[in-house]
Amino acid sequence: MRRFVSFFVNGKPVDLEVDPRRRLLWVLRTELGLTGTKYGCGEQHCGACTVLIDGSAALACGVRMSSVSGKEVTTVEGLADGDRLHPVQQAFADHDALQCGFCTPGLVMGAVGLLGRNPSPDEDEIREGLERHLCRCGTHVRVLQAVQTASRVMREEDR
Amino acid sequence: MTTRRNFLKIAGSGIIVLFTVDISEMLAKRTMQVRGYPTDLNSYLRIGEDGRVSLFTGKVEMGQGVFTSLPQMLAEELDVALTSVDPVLGDTDLCPWDMGTFGSMSTRFFGPPMRKAAAEARAILVELGSEHLGVPAEGLGTRDGAVYVKAEPSRSVTYGALVQGKRIERTVDGTAPTQKQSEYTVSGVATTRLDGALKVTGKAKYSADLRMPGLMYAKLLRSPAHGSTLLDVDTTEAEAMDGVRVVRDGDLVAVLHEAPDLAELALAEVRARWQEPTEGVDSETVFDKLLADVPEAQVVTEGGDLATARAGATDVTETLYRARYVAHSAMEPHAAVAQVEGDRITVWASTQTPFPLQRQVAQALGWEPDRVRVITPFVGGGFGGKTFNLQAVEAARLAVLAKAPVNVTWSRREEFFFDTFRPATLVRVSAGLDADKRVAFWDFANMHGGNRSAEPCYHFPNHRVTAAGGWGGRGPAYHPLAVGAWRGPGANVNIWAMEAHMDEMARAAGMSPVDFRMANLTDERMKRVLRTAADQFGHPLAPAPSGKGYGVALATDAGTFVAAFAEVEVNRDRGTVQVKRIVCAQDMGEIVNPEGAKIQMEGCLTMGLGYALTEEIQFDKGAIFNENFDSYTIPRFSWVPKIEVLLVENPELPPQGGGEPAIVAVGAVLCNAIHDAIGVRLTELPMTPGRIRAALAAQ
Repeated sequence: MRRFVSFFVNGKPVDLEVDPRRRLLWVLRTELGLTGTKYGCGEQHCGACTVLIDGSAALACGVRMSSVSGKEVTTVEGLADGDRLHPVQQAFADHDALQCGFCTPGLVMGAVGLLGRNPSPDEDEIREGLERHLCRCGTHVRVLQAVQTASRVMREEDR
Repeated sequence: MTTRRNFLKIAGSGIIVLFTVDISEMLAKRTMQVRGYPTDLNSYLRIGEDGRVSLFTGKVEMGQGVFTSLPQMLAEELDVALTSVDPVLGDTDLCPWDMGTFGSMSTRFFGPPMRKAAAEARAILVELGSEHLGVPAEGLGTRDGAVYVKAEPSRSVTYGALVQGKRIERTVDGTAPTQKQSEYTVSGVATTRLDGALKVTGKAKYSADLRMPGLMYAKLLRSPAHGSTLLDVDTTEAEAMDGVRVVRDGDLVAVLHEAPDLAELALAEVRARWQEPTEGVDSETVFDKLLADVPEAQVVTEGGDLATARAGATDVTETLYRARYVAHSAMEPHAAVAQVEGDRITVWASTQTPFPLQRQVAQALGWEPDRVRVITPFVGGGFGGKTFNLQAVEAARLAVLAKAPVNVTWSRREEFFFDTFRPATLVRVSAGLDADKRVAFWDFANMHGGNRSAEPCYHFPNHRVTAAGGWGGRGPAYHPLAVGAWRGPGANVNIWAMEAHMDEMARAAGMSPVDFRMANLTDERMKRVLRTAADQFGHPLAPAPSGKGYGVALATDAGTFVAAFAEVEVNRDRGTVQVKRIVCAQDMGEIVNPEGAKIQMEGCLTMGLGYALTEEIQFDKGAIFNENFDSYTIPRFSWVPKIEVLLVENPELPPQGGGEPAIVAVGAVLCNAIHDAIGVRLTELPMTPGRIRAALAAQ
């Protein structure tokens, strides 16, 4: 069973003939070679596969290909503007908000999604917004700082 | 095996300095068993014609930060820019043999000889510079990758120019002078991670990210429980599926597809019948088995006269502490990609031990080790769990059988199933007080957990500390599940039992937990760490239980001294614990990257919340019931307290461990804070809501 699915990935149109039951995570990683989106649990418990779909954070391991038709998918590879990092990426790097880095792309995308719906979250709102992201190395306190910094920078850029 | 000659052939031109890592101190302490560790060559550095400095070492970057700290040390010693250092990590073709990355040893054991090697290289460069510039060596200095004339700083020559067309090879003899620590400008300075940009952009490659033409993803048939026997298997339906290949070699049954999720779907169509074990222990009854079957105990330390002191002591208490099996749960599951080219195989693997893995793959294939190359990309967390590399052996076998490159990435269920858990452990502690309200005797026996950090930091005149079994040597044979090193192996449980019992003795003495510890300490280094943490915590601790939820714990691990304070809130009805604040001070000797050291401490304190409060493996007759993060709960954002970490300066002491010591204090400090809050002593880890409610009910 294969069907044509047309959608956008990081701003570029993509037309694929795929089994519509397949999950976005694996299509990104194999078909499209976008390996920044990680497999951590496969059952929507860890957040490592977080991407944006039409601007909202989604767990790619649970997203069926049949549901992405016409949608705009953004992965961690699509955030930076050339060599210029997205403010969330820059803040994660500046605050050393990462260790092994495996959960980092998911956390970065989760934070971008969070700031999209709440541009100036307080610390509790950031905790709540990122609660479904697991990080085994324990970078949480740095991530909280990084998201606050990114929020400030993005609001200043908007002004 | 690859030899010194091979490396030097690969190394090409430039200045090459070979060096050896002295691990005799570690071997003397018997903290791990290492056989056949070569003494002639463990690593080398090369200064190339482009002026870039490459460091070749078998260590890996798994989050602990050697990708940053080793270049810092090198850049300092060589007087080059930090950005001109290229670490080449964990590649068995390019790097000399290394036993692996674990035990908080990368900086501790690796740093000092690497510095000497760099000093040697710099001395050679000054010699060359002297010839080139026609100025005696005494009149020359080095900075920013160049040799310059001190009296005329504009006259200089770059390292790259000096090594042009040359080939100079040296082995460290340790005579070249090293830089003065007081003049360091790179080492000891807080530096943001050099791998940060790669990791925030998704460009950092992990093993499962490797792609190549013809790559197949394999999913393997797994048994429902350890100890099962495969009766029969029918792969007909799976084989009929589009794009599916089934590969079978004895009990190895794998379904291959060019998409991993479709391989998974096909695996679900494989029909297999298993004979599961009908006998065996479960998560509860394992403790009876472990208590009944204890190997001969080894003495960790003993002194004084235990029997006489015991007879004369007051307030004698004895407690049996127990801790459950705990999983590593790195966010990156075990992964490997194997590719055969000609008569050699290359295996990219998420491993902490590339060289032992090379041998393991060779053995599984029946090949000579020099036909196997292991390359270690970034590793997505190890914590001890990636010293076990079955996935890489599976990928190698399948690549040979299928005659195609093969990716084996374990599912989260496989990750739990095949984990080498932190061993379930029992610790019996008996102690009493003397007339001065100090510890009169200390009798401490670890069973099945390991000896690390069991030696008390206190001055106990009469003591005996033993350890029987554990995660190393023959210890695992006593466990019904596979066990291995888990961040701070043995130490988490030993320090928890020690410090919980110290709190009980403080209670018996009617003293504050801090005053009681001070009274039993003679080590000035530890006293200073305790005072530093106490000052930062800011609240004097009253004799427990005070109802405030304050706790303290001390720990020694990997040469580092730690003092932690915590404030917790316990919901008596629900039995839940919210950690409000943790203050942790650490003396780790000389510090290479203060920012990196703090990050490691924060990470330890956060990760430690899990083994202290929730993490435990549930099992029965070889079946593991934890299959994903819904049934195995690790720390989340909502759990994370206010964390304050302090580095106690002690630059005269060489660098000590940084990746593990702080986690070792977490179980203890929370146990003591919970006791201070609700007046009951939890004697089992993890301190789950159910156990807290039960302890309250029994009060």
